Amino acid sequence: MSLLLPGMHVAGGTPLHRLDPRVKMGASLLLMVLPFVAPSLPSNLLLAGFVVALAILSAVPLMALVRTLRVVVWTGIFMFVFRLFTTPGTPLLTVGGISVTLQGLGAGAVQIYRLCLLVVVSSLLTYTTSPAQLAHGVEAVLEPLARLGLPVREFAMVLTIALRFVPTLFEEIEKIVKAQEARGALIRTGPLWKRVPGWVPVFVPLFVSAFRRAEDLATAMEARGFRSAHQRTHLYRLHLTRHDLAASLLILALGAVILFVEWRMG
Amino acid sequence: MSKKQALGNQALESQGARPFIELRALTHAYALEGGGEVRALQGIDLTIERGEFVALVGPNGSGKSTLVRHLNGLLLPTSGQVWVDGLLTAHPSSLWKIRERVGMVFQNPENQFVASTVEEDVAFGPENLGLPPDELRRRVDDALKLVGLTEYATHPPHMLSGGQKQRTAIAGALATRPACIILDEPTSMLDPLGRRRTLETLRSLNQDQGITILLVTQSMDEATAAERMLVMVRGRVVSDGTPAEVFGQGQRLREWGLGLPSALEIADRLRERGLNLPAGLLTVEQLASALC
Ligand SMILES: Nc1ncnc2c1ncn2[C@@H]1O[C@H](COP(=O)(O)OP(=O)(O)OP(=O)(O)O)[C@@H](O)[C@H]1O
Ligand SMILES: [Mg+2]
Repeated sequence: MSLLLPGMHVAGGTPLHRLDPRVKMGASLLLMVLPFVAPSLPSNLLLAGFVVALAILSAVPLMALVRTLRVVVWTGIFMFVFRLFTTPGTPLLTVGGISVTLQGLGAGAVQIYRLCLLVVVSSLLTYTTSPAQLAHGVEAVLEPLARLGLPVREFAMVLTIALRFVPTLFEEIEKIVKAQEARGALIRTGPLWKRVPGWVPVFVPLFVSAFRRAEDLATAMEARGFRSAHQRTHLYRLHLTRHDLAASLLILALGAVILFVEWRMG
Repeated sequence: MSKKQALGNQALESQGARPFIELRALTHAYALEGGGEVRALQGIDLTIERGEFVALVGPNGSGKSTLVRHLNGLLLPTSGQVWVDGLLTAHPSSLWKIRERVGMVFQNPENQFVASTVEEDVAFGPENLGLPPDELRRRVDDALKLVGLTEYATHPPHMLSGGQKQRTAIAGALATRPACIILDEPTSMLDPLGRRRTLETLRSLNQDQGITILLVTQSMDEATAAERMLVMVRGRVVSDGTPAEVFGQGQRLREWGLGLPSALEIADRLRERGLNLPAGLLTVEQLASALC
């Protein structure tokens, strides 16, 4: 496995794998939002430490995590540079009227930290939760909206199928890229301005085959008695265990401590 | 009496006494976009009994896929009738019962895998029936055992071989506890080992579980595994008999554009070289025992 993308979950027996998907989704959301409401250094050291502990607990392969982080490297650099030049404050260096500020350096670093946290937390979620569990969790969380007549179950079904085809599409991209490279196309090597047009002959066959797949899949689903998402039942039943309760309390405690720290620091 | 009532009564009378699948003067025409039509099935009368193992062969475009898609109501007759277990496919309310009793497996192992693990995929059919989780669990475990994939229950599709994916699809069909499974060229995208395993699975389902099998195939060697063989050419069933009877028709096979099973071909060549072999050696096993 090269990247930690949704749908590339690996079954495992760690405590994180066994948690209820609703608890994991709630916790992930909290961990991603906290750095925005709690800007101080001590809170964020605590938060980062907690996330590192989770990563260790999940037994996620470090290399895969690093490769996943590399995907957002350009976004990160862009955000950093943007902050560096646009944050007002004490100038460190001025080039042609635009100055790099001390505050900008700090703000840029904070951006990168938030981005990394976002990627790591969402990677941990998809690494430890099967797509079916994710979709099932989404469905359970959104259940109240179903009562208002929104198509929540259909949405969960679509999500399940989309997640199921993520690895398939990546395999297919890999195959097409290799085929095009064998004919001399520059896709993964060479200068950027030459690589971009190289991707066109990758996406065209990809779309063609995706439509073929969708058609086959629809026929197979119909043959297996699919009518609507409504009278369907689920192989898995979600139920909260003591384990889930403890995890929820822990994450709420973390949130409380961080808010307390923020309050004390003013 | 309304037409609907008449059909209902007919269904009641027929149960049990009638064959499991019955086609009466079935035709199918596909409408073409620019006007006109393709007459893919041109009047087919056919019965299949419970517990049979039938192979369906024929050249490309002869109408095999069209025919089998009528057997679970994926397609509906242009004219004629399709009866399955005493139910008429053209009856909208029968459709779900028919699909519960007739499972279907398609050619591409990747594109019929609905869920993200083996066990969830196998559960898809019975989930559509609205069964409770305990019953789903039981059916999934039973079906996986029958195809020999119990250890792969939590594997995602991208970690399975093509043959394992096809057996997952067979388990998925089994999970609704059907009387019949129809497979449309299930082995054409598999490697030799995958083919062999899939065929062995089908044979044991037929022999040990009494499940009716209809296997569409391009491989004459696979067709010899069946007890009955149908040949389709240009929308018609042109031959119906045991594999020995069908392959005994020499010249006509060539007209239909069909090959011979490899054992038969080897036996023919050996005879040309002067070896004295009995006629009707269809499988490699038969050939081997005749030679030794
Ligand atoms: N959706 C469709 N629209 C129009 N024509 C079709 C359609 N599907 C099949 N046909 C035509 O109907 C005829 C029978 O096709 P069918 O797919 O049933 O043959 P087949 O025996 O399964 O062939 P193959 O061995 O290639 O799978 C062919 O002439 C085909 O071109
Ligand atoms: Mg076909």
